[in-house]
Amino acid sequence: MKRRWNFSLWAGFLLVVLGLVSYVTFFVRFPITRDFPWANLLLFFTGAVLLGKGLIRSFRQPELYRGKILGSILAAVSLAGIGFFSYGLFYLVRQLPSSAAAPRLGQKAPDFTLSDQNGKPVTLAELLASPSAGTAGARANGVLLIFYRGYW
Amino acid sequence: MRSFQQRLTDFNTRAVRVVAISVDAPEVTRQHCQKLGFTYTFLSDPNAEVIRRYDLLHQGGGPKGADIARPAEFLIDSTGTIRWINLTDSVTVRARPEQVLKAFDDLKPAAPSGA
Repeated sequence: MKRRWNFSLWAGFLLVVLGLVSYVTFFVRFPITRDFPWANLLLFFTGAVLLGKGLIRSFRQPELYRGKILGSILAAVSLAGIGFFSYGLFYLVRQLPSSAAAPRLGQKAPDFTLSDQNGKPVTLAELLASPSAGTAGARANGVLLIFYRGYW
Repeated sequence: MRSFQQRLTDFNTRAVRVVAISVDAPEVTRQHCQKLGFTYTFLSDPNAEVIRRYDLLHQGGGPKGADIARPAEFLIDSTGTIRWINLTDSVTVRARPEQVLKAFDDLKPAAPSGA
């Protein structure tokens, strides 16, 4: 007798794969899903439940459902993927220097001269002297410095 | 970076300059700014001199072990004094524009106009 296709194994695996790729390609754009990857964890959880369901089926009713070997492989690959994701998102991204000697509240910000995106040298004093890019006149009420990792 | 562009008018109305700094070369940054529609100021610190001066160097944090800046935000008032700092402990968690705008609005009464 032809055994049935074990749908939930594949659905579960696809959800796990979707959870793996969707953080960098999609969810990272929104602070709510970037700061903590709950959307991806939800995908992983749903995927794992389906995989588990499929595996139980294939082992308990091997005469009815396929997927004992393939299901085990898909589950192992999924586990490895989720492990890799967790290592990256809960460990690697936190490996930042402590910056104990960074300027403190109430200190004067160290001045600097750096080129802007048009190659024009700019000093912090100049930034404080103009309230927005390309406008001169009134002084700025403040400057927000955003240090970032770069686009490479 | 995108979120600060979206809220740029709120910074402009407060006359707060938004300035991003990284080790990227000006040409690279200019292309990215054009592609993504960023209009605020991006500064290039290719040798990480200023990044080092602010103790924000992440050694080997970039691709192929390149030294880059760790994410950090400083709000400086009109006198050049640092009034608010955000040193995140995770690459994925950055300051949001709303946080900075609130920090600025909260410190306004404390900054005397005659300073």
